Amino acid sequence: MWAELAVTAAKLLVVATVLLTCVPIMVWVERRGAAFIQDRLGPNRVGPMGLLQPVIDAVKLFFKEDLTPGGVNPILYTLAPMVSMFVALVTFIVIPFSADAGVEVFGVPLKGIHVAPDLGVGVLYLLAISSLGVYGIVLAGWSSNNKYSLLGGLRSSAQLLSYELSLTMSVLGVVLVSGTLNLQEVIGRQGPEIWKWHAVTQPIGFIVFLVAAFAETNRLPFDLAEAETELVAGYHVEYSSMRFASFFMSEYINIVTISALTVTLFLGGWQVPWLTATLSGWPLLLVSAGAFAAKVALLLWLFVWVRWSLPRFRYDQLMQLGWKGLLPLAALNLLIVGMAMGQGWL
Amino acid sequence: MERTHLKAFADAEEMEISFGPQHPSTHGVLRLMVKVDGERILDVKPIIGYLHRGTEKLFERETYNGCIPHTDRMDYTAAVTNNQGLVGAVERLMGITIPPRAAYLRMILAELQRLASHLVWLATHALDIGAQTPYFYCFEERDKILDLFEEYCGARLTTNCMRVGGMPFDLTPGWTDRCRAFIEQFPAKVSDWERLLTKNRIWRERTVGVGVISAADAIEWGLTGPPLRGSGVRWDIRKVFPYDRYDEVEFDVPIGTNGDTYDRYLVRMEEMRQSVRIIRQCLERLPDGPVMAKVPKIIKPPKGEVYFSVEAPKGELGYYLVSEGGDTPYRLHVRPACFINLQALPEMVRGQLVADLVAVIGTLDIVLGEIDR
Repeated sequence: MWAELAVTAAKLLVVATVLLTCVPIMVWVERRGAAFIQDRLGPNRVGPMGLLQPVIDAVKLFFKEDLTPGGVNPILYTLAPMVSMFVALVTFIVIPFSADAGVEVFGVPLKGIHVAPDLGVGVLYLLAISSLGVYGIVLAGWSSNNKYSLLGGLRSSAQLLSYELSLTMSVLGVVLVSGTLNLQEVIGRQGPEIWKWHAVTQPIGFIVFLVAAFAETNRLPFDLAEAETELVAGYHVEYSSMRFASFFMSEYINIVTISALTVTLFLGGWQVPWLTATLSGWPLLLVSAGAFAAKVALLLWLFVWVRWSLPRFRYDQLMQLGWKGLLPLAALNLLIVGMAMGQGWL
Repeated sequence: MERTHLKAFADAEEMEISFGPQHPSTHGVLRLMVKVDGERILDVKPIIGYLHRGTEKLFERETYNGCIPHTDRMDYTAAVTNNQGLVGAVERLMGITIPPRAAYLRMILAELQRLASHLVWLATHALDIGAQTPYFYCFEERDKILDLFEEYCGARLTTNCMRVGGMPFDLTPGWTDRCRAFIEQFPAKVSDWERLLTKNRIWRERTVGVGVISAADAIEWGLTGPPLRGSGVRWDIRKVFPYDRYDEVEFDVPIGTNGDTYDRYLVRMEEMRQSVRIIRQCLERLPDGPVMAKVPKIIKPPKGEVYFSVEAPKGELGYYLVSEGGDTPYRLHVRPACFINLQALPEMVRGQLVADLVAVIGTLDIVLGEIDR
């Protein structure tokens, strides 16, 4: 039993470390990517190719004064960034980062790089926890005693209502086909062949999910809660130092999580056509983890690409898109999936 | 004009936001007291004056040529057209005809300035609406224009590049080639930006039907420049009261139909193409000869008054000059385009959302240096 605990703890540590390391890398990719798109250089002075720039930024934020403005609700004000960070960090435990290759460590089955492999309600858990993330934003907006923050918080809750339903509906199609809520099994059912991946079999659901994912992560074109040019910085306008950094980091962790989830649900997870079916043991573990990382990286680049290319929606337009566009599409997807299953096609 | 006040909802909770003077999208130090119900704007009250420097009073103790640097600092994104208006007013009062080469030079510089000013507008307008990338593309092009300015007069922003009676310098060798090279590659860039925005669904959603002002209202409010033309009024000082040699070049005055933010966007994009057209013609016809007319060393216009206006990038920029016959103006009043265009802002945003407010501020293309003077 102790060995199992130790293995789980080790996995937790590894995954959390990798995820937190993703944040500075993602910040670097975002800044260099933006520079690449915008015909400029971007940070290139600190470390090789500017890779250490995010580290320097973090150090700077550590040394900033941690201000608590007058008139705030001190408990909620302190709690809000913690909630954001906590929620961002706990979502990934159900995501299978690699195949369950049947590898044993110290006589204990490893069950892949997957912190909670036996959790049967993986999809539900993810959806439930990730919607909690908005609490951090709403609490921050409300407790800051700032009108701009308040508007940011309000927008955020309006936004949540309009995309969360479509997000869930589009996942439902996948769950229906898979017949399970366990993410490892969802990947297993998709098989290594590309044409069996849900992005191919359910293109509408995939698109709806992707759009809703952008809304979920508060990224352009849906970054209404912070909308710098309208609400200055929105919900985190009063935050400084590491509290601000918590919001900042949780945004990036959320992007990584939602990308991982997209890969899991729609892009065949860690599977590589033909290759992963022939491997087993340690090679399978390593190859599958690499494949997963590569797919996530592609999606992350999509997030950067979109952010620097598109203007921002207005918040009533987002709600319109959510209710009148995405939701009917998600329902349509569900209908098609149901009919296809009835015909035995899926 | 009848002012329609929006009725608040029964359960409305009014909140007043001080929007600015330190706000990322108020383009300077504009402060707006915005009354909102949730995100819906009930009323807006612009508060200006944070950048007031008493320019019009300063004019009164300066010689006429000494006034020119002060005009640079009014609309600091379009110093050349500011200079052009002032020297034009003095020349009209004195009855000076400037040499053709000087007139053409003025037109080239003024149109380059219009491009530069519109580029700042496009960059910040798109940024306000959330498209962050056009900003850098625009500023890259603007830098090339400023390089041309720097080569001509040594300054990039506060150009001080005209004198009463003509131009202070002739062109440096090769300047026309560099200018031609710039304008030849420029229309392709405009098309590039249009590809990013014009048919972009989100851009259209954010601009079509936002900040609408009818042609009659636009005239009533005294709007000029693209905000007036966006509403469908074909009014351009360069066409209706031609100055310099604008009557000798061919160009179109683009107008919109709906008077919304999208139409004003299209108008300005087309104006950039027309400016390129004007510059191309001017470069072809640029005559040789002196760039300065014979004017007395000390400029002393006769007693009298004159109103002279130019089509600045942002609208009609007029100078009302009263002379007592001395070497300083008795009174020099500026009719600023931005100040008058700003007045229509509350009318245009009432009942719309906070996000539209920044779009409308952007589309009015205001510069606080000119509003406050």
